[in-house]
Formats: sequence, C-alpha cells, structure tokens
Amino acid sequence: MKRKYFATPYLAWMIVLIVAPMIIIAYYAFTGQADGAFTLDNIKAALDPIYMSVLWRSISLAVISTVICLVLGYPIAYILSRMKPSTAAILSMLFILPMWMNFLLRTYAWMTLLDTNGLINRLLGLVGIGPLRLMNTQGAVVVGMVYNYLPFMILPIYNILQKMPKANIEAAQDLGANSKQVFTRVVLPLSRPGVISGIIMVFVPCITTFAISRLLGGSQFMLYGDLIETQFLSVGQAYGGWNVGAALSCIMMVLVFICLGITNHFDKDSSGGTLI
Amino acid sequence: MKRIVSFVLLAAMICLAMAGCSGGNSEATMQLYVLNWGDYIDEEVLENFRTEHPEIDLHYTTMTSNEEMLIQLQSEDCIYDVCFPSDYTISKLINLDLLAEIDTSKLSNYENIDERFLNQPFDPDNTYSVPYAWGTVGILYNTTMVDEPVTSWDILWDEKYAGQIYMYDSVRDSMMVALELLGYSMNTTDPDEIAEAEALLVEQKPLVQAYGTDDLRDRMIAGSGAMAVTYSGDAIYAIMENPDLAYAVPEEGSNIWFDNVIITKSSQNVEAAYIFLDYLLDAEVAAANANYLCYSTPNAAAEEFIDPELLASDVFNVPQDVIDRCEGFIDLEEDEQLYHSAWTRIKAQ
Amino acid sequence: MKREHRFLKGLFIGIMLVFLYAPIIVMIVYSFNASRTMGNWGGFSTEWYGALFRDRDILAALEVTLSVAVISSIVATLLGTTAAIGIHSMKRRTRNVILTTTNLPVVNPDLVTGISLMFAFSILMVPQGYTRLLLAHITFNIPYVILSVMPKLRQTSDSLYEAALDLGAKPSYALRKVVLPQIAPGIVSGMILAFTLSVDDFVISFFCQQGAQNLSTYIYSLARRGINPKINALSAIMFVVVLALLLLVNVISSQNTEEAKAKRREKKRRRMAAAEA
Repeated sequence: MKRKYFATPYLAWMIVLIVAPMIIIAYYAFTGQADGAFTLDNIKAALDPIYMSVLWRSISLAVISTVICLVLGYPIAYILSRMKPSTAAILSMLFILPMWMNFLLRTYAWMTLLDTNGLINRLLGLVGIGPLRLMNTQGAVVVGMVYNYLPFMILPIYNILQKMPKANIEAAQDLGANSKQVFTRVVLPLSRPGVISGIIMVFVPCITTFAISRLLGGSQFMLYGDLIETQFLSVGQAYGGWNVGAALSCIMMVLVFICLGITNHFDKDSSGGTLI
Repeated sequence: MKRIVSFVLLAAMICLAMAGCSGGNSEATMQLYVLNWGDYIDEEVLENFRTEHPEIDLHYTTMTSNEEMLIQLQSEDCIYDVCFPSDYTISKLINLDLLAEIDTSKLSNYENIDERFLNQPFDPDNTYSVPYAWGTVGILYNTTMVDEPVTSWDILWDEKYAGQIYMYDSVRDSMMVALELLGYSMNTTDPDEIAEAEALLVEQKPLVQAYGTDDLRDRMIAGSGAMAVTYSGDAIYAIMENPDLAYAVPEEGSNIWFDNVIITKSSQNVEAAYIFLDYLLDAEVAAANANYLCYSTPNAAAEEFIDPELLASDVFNVPQDVIDRCEGFIDLEEDEQLYHSAWTRIKAQ
Repeated sequence: MKREHRFLKGLFIGIMLVFLYAPIIVMIVYSFNASRTMGNWGGFSTEWYGALFRDRDILAALEVTLSVAVISSIVATLLGTTAAIGIHSMKRRTRNVILTTTNLPVVNPDLVTGISLMFAFSILMVPQGYTRLLLAHITFNIPYVILSVMPKLRQTSDSLYEAALDLGAKPSYALRKVVLPQIAPGIVSGMILAFTLSVDDFVISFFCQQGAQNLSTYIYSLARRGINPKINALSAIMFVVVLALLLLVNVISSQNTEEAKAKRREKKRRRMAAAEA
C-alpha cells in the first residue's frame, strides 16, 4: 500500500466536515429563506449600517485587546527567554496554566471580581472610593479578552525567542551594537513570526467572541459574534436568521482571511510552524 | 518518550474511569430530556423525582428566553421531550405542529388545576399544554434609591437613574414596555408603532446598565441597581431576600403570562414525559415549586401547602384590578420579524 | 543600573502573574465562603463542594467533557497522524492544497466552524446530542495534530525509511520501527494539545449542545444567572487538578532528561575508559 493512501480517511473526513460545511454556509448566505433562490438580499441586510457599526466596535475592541496583549506579552516572553532554562520552564508553565482551565471559568472569575459588590470595589471602598461601575462596561469586556487570550500571545513569541541562537546576539554585540540596537535590529526582526502568530491567535477569537461581551458587558455592547449568535439562536431559521447569520459569517470569514493575507505578506520567510 | 506516552494513556484512562463513575444511572430504562428556564424548578423536586423514579434517567437543560427555546424545539430531530414555553410561544409551536396532544386521562393529578387557568386563548382546550406557573411583568425597584412612587414605565427613562436601570434581554418583554408606555397594544403589528417603540428603546439605551435575564434577580438583591424589569416571581423572591425592594405593575398596563408544560411531538420518551408531568401536578410538588420559585401556581390543591407569607403577597396573589389592566402576548406569526429586526437594531446600537 | 533592571523585570513578571492568578485565587477563597453573596464573608464552609458533588447536572457535564476530550483527542491523533504521514508523501501541489484546507478550522473563527458544523450535521441527519459534540471536537482537533506532526515528519529523513526497506523490512514494519519513533514527540504534543483544546472549547460545543451539555455550556447557562458559589468550587477543583497534572508531567519529563543525561554520562565514561585501555 502506498503511503499517500494513509491520508484517505482524513481526506474523507475533511471533505465532509470541513469543506462541505463551508459551502453550506455560502449557500445559505446567497439564498432566500422562503424559496431557496439565489439572492443578494442577505448580504445587503448584513451590510446594514447598524451591523457595520457592530463590526467596527468589534474590530476596535479586538485591536485594543490585541495591542494590550502584545505590549504585555512581548516583554514577558522576552524576559522569560533570557532566564536560566530551569526558571524559564517553570515560569512559562505558570503563564500557560490558566489556559488549561476552562474558558468559561476564566471569564466567570472576572464577574466575581468586577461586580459592584466584588472584591475590587470592596478594596476601593476601604480607601474611600466607589463603588465604581466596573461590570457591564467596555473596559470589562477588554479585560476579559486580554485575560483569556494573553497566553496565546506569550506562547508563540516565547517559543521563537527561546530558539533564537545566542550567537546572533553575541555577534551583534561584538560588532559594537548597544543593547537597544541589538533588540531593534536583531531580536525584534527575528521574533516577527512569533509576534504575527500571536497577533492572529488573539485577534481572531477577540472579534468573534460572544460569551465575554454577554457575561462581562451585560449585553450592552453587541459584538459581531453576538450579532451572529443572535441571528442563529434568537431570530432563527423561520425569520431568515440563518440566512442573514450565514451572510454575516461570510463577511467575517472574508475579513479574517484578508487579515491573514496581510500578515502572511509580512511573514514570507516563516515556515508557519509557530502555532504551538 | 515511552513514559510520556504511558503517562498520557494513564491520564486518559483515569479520566474515562472518572467519567464512568460520575453521574451515570445504571438502573434507568427510560430517558427523559427536559428543557426549562434557568432556576425554574425547585432543585429538591428534581432530586426527589430522580429518587422516586430510578427507572428514568432525567437530562435537564436550561435556556433564558422563549426565542431560544423555540429554536431548540424547532431544530430537526429535536431531542427534548418536555419543555416550559410561554403562551405566545405555545401557539407558535401549535402552528408549527411541534406539540403532542396531551391525554389528560394519563394525568391523575390533572384535576388539581384551577379552572381559571385552563382554556386560555393560546391553547383553547388545553389540547397541547398543562399550566405550570403564571405571573405579571413589572418594575422591581430599590426603595433606598427610588424615592418617588413607581406608577409608570416612564421612570425607566428618567435620567436621574442613568446607569442603574436593568432591562430584560428578551424581544417581546422589552418591546412591550415601550409599546405600553406609548399607549399601543403589546401585540401591535403596525410597523410605525413598532418603529416608535424602537426609537424609544434606543433613546433609553445610554441609561441602561445591562440587559439581563435570570441574573437580574440576584443583582437587585445585591443592591447593584435602582430598578429592573422583572417577572413577578423573581420580584417576590428578591423582596423576601432584600426588604428594601418593592414591585409595581405600572398603570399603563403590562403583560400577564402563562408558562405551560408541553410534550414535543417528536418525543421518543412519551411514557416518561407523562410521569414527569403528573409528578409536577402533584399538589405538594406544585407547592414546593411555588414556595421555591415564588411564582403563582395554577394548582388549586397546592394552596394549603403554600407559605402563608407568599399567599399574603399582592405580587403572588395578583389583585383583580392588576389582572384587568394586563394583556397577554399573542403569536404574531410572520409579523414577529418586525420585532426581531427592531430588537437586533436596538441591541446593536 | 543593572540591578535596578533585574528588579524591574522581576516586578513586571510578578505583577503579570498576579493579574493571571488573582481572579483564580479569589474564586478559590470564596469557594469556602459560607455566605452565598460574594461580598460578605460568612465564615469557612465546604458546603458548596457538597452541593457541587450532589449536583448531577454538573457531574453529567463533567462526564461529557472528559469523555469527549479523551475520545476526540485519541481519534484525532490516530486520524491526524496517519493523515500527516500520507500527506507528507504526496506531491508538493496536492500537499499544499490539503494543508491549506486543513488550516481552515485553525484560522477560521470558532463561531463560523461551529455554525458550519451545525448546518452539516442537520443535513447529514447526524443525531443530536453526544454524537454531534464528539464529531465536532474530533473535527477541530485533527488539524492541530497534523500541524504538530508535520514539522517532525519534515525533520525525519526519508533515506532512513528507505534504508530499512532496502534491508528487507516490510513497509509497515519500517513505519513502526523507523518513522513512528521519530515523530512520536509531535504525536504526543498534538494529542495533549487536542485534549486541552477540547476541554477548553465553548463556542463550537455551544452549537451542538442539544441533549449533551459539557462543562462549558453548562457553566455558561449557570453564569448567565449570575454569580454562583458552586462554580467557584468547581473552578478550585479544576485548578488543583490541572496544577497537579502539569507538575506530574514536569516531574516525569525532568526525570526523563535526568535519565538521558545519566546514560550519556555513562556512555562517555565507558568510551573514555575504552580509550584509556
């Protein structure tokens, strides 16, 4: 038996449960609810200015969260990568550990902290401030996103930095570069693939999340994920929710792939194996 | 390497063993899938049912709105046997032919039901549903934060309370508030009236702290808001927990609702479903539920087991004049689309 | 200057660890709170743990989560590893097409994957409940296994496999004895990753939860009702279990490296002894 036939079971699986479902989404996006005939109405409905404003809000919150993750995550990864391997191993594990807990539990943890009667407001109360409204704000949503996805930023950057040969840095130093130059000219460019995969791994779930905004934002700040979820699970098939929801999903997919295209453009020389 | 592999396999086996031990009910010969609202049954009732009926393996799931329930029940080969939808959703389900006819002769406790709650317009001969609970929608407010008497929905638009108002995250309930305030019917299908209500709710949005569902009760008890649109049962529960709270059904009128129990047409476990329904109709069980949920019960025989404090409450024992100014939701069929798109736009703002 | 630098770095790492762990620790502390509301400390109590273990729905959800995670990660590892071996030996162009498609569920938003699977399941008439959940988890796990096995395959040289064949090994034997040991680290890390992702997943499970709630979807339905001390207790248990597992893995792998080091030292000594003689 030829080795390439080893892939046959997976190929069948892939066609049925990866490729076909995408085609079905596209089919729903471009057909009417009542007659199943081709139409652009769903796409038009999905491009409604109010929905676009939701998209804009999602993108801006996701950008803010991604930037915060990068600003916090890069130094962490950098510091860890310069530590003794044994200390770095333990610390990096500590940074990944929360990722092993359930996503909903991590989000829920912030509900208990940010509540009007939660710990933060109690502590503020001791010094005579507040109670402040922390829950149900955009800030709470951003905190939830950063908290949930920060490890996804740290991990790929750390992996890259850790593998970077010390010789590169030493060579730069020998050639007279100061520490700032070493960082901007050597470390930063070499860690780019890690940064890019970190950005993708934070940004994509951020624009599409719906539980975070519902639990920490009090359903006040509808995100694109909420919008799509509402179309499927509140409006429903009978009122065309599936069709509009599929159209919204297509728009989101296109958007994500454009982002990926742009980042790939800046990332020609990476092998793409930095995901894990 | 081998060690890691064996470790992973060991961990996997432990997981499977744990999974095997927990939960699983080996005696069960029947399955029963129940879909209910969050916190809408006394947990002890469920526990007792499981002990008294070891032959039934009960799977219990919750949803937070009629719309979500409807979607679940509409899905192809729906797994649920029993559900607790409200009035207008029941008529929708009847129209969609998703409900099984209920054979009342199989329900020995059927006569416990107060006749006032039978033969409601959404299910004229109670062919498809059995009453479970009923109540009104109103404003639950904190008297330490709200000084004036609450008599009108327009207090929810009062800028004084900006950031302290909770609205209900459900299409018909929230639209009802705006429509009643405008003096229109909560069942209107006039696009202009719906648009006016939409504009009103958009105007209100900056004042709203959150759109919630089952969580509103606890938030009001904790004192984290001045007022919330809630169902009457949640209101009584909250008032009993926090005496600063009070409940009012505004003068403009409000919604009176009925949540009934139904059996789905696709149910594979009809026998178990009847056992469960009959169990819920038992006077003491119904009373236990009423005492726990604080929702008014349509079960007449249950009255003698109900907490006297509850019976004395105006919110539980709704006075006739309040009932008179309330209206029920009806199924709007195709026109409900208008409500959905208005609500999506409000939430998307 | 240098020392200040070190101090600042340590401080920053410390603050970030506090940010990551404070919420979890607060939850653990409050899981022992006798009072139901978060704000008040009503004394030490383990009643929520009792309540947690009496709650059959949580236990059933835990059962679903664990069994789906175990089965889906094993099946995904089998399918993914064989697929990777197959894909590796394909022509460059077909390989690229297949790998791009494989990447789809990885880069695609979970939400779209979840919805697309919901459509596919209803068209294929896959029965609601556990089956759907399991199939969905296998589907989103396979790509991660392939992605962690492929780089290892690229590192192995085909000549070793071919040499084994030339020496008379049957292809299946050569595969087992030559290729598999080389890619084993990739397989194991893929399987662990698949297991983690399966336990952590919420969005995709959310769209096939009918009749099969796992922990994520169950906690979501609880959390929408507000703060619940039972969830605190559950978090505490999850945290301790995860911590214990990770420590165990670390101890085992450090033991392995110790052993390897010892072996290497032993070899070196013998070689030196031989040279001296």
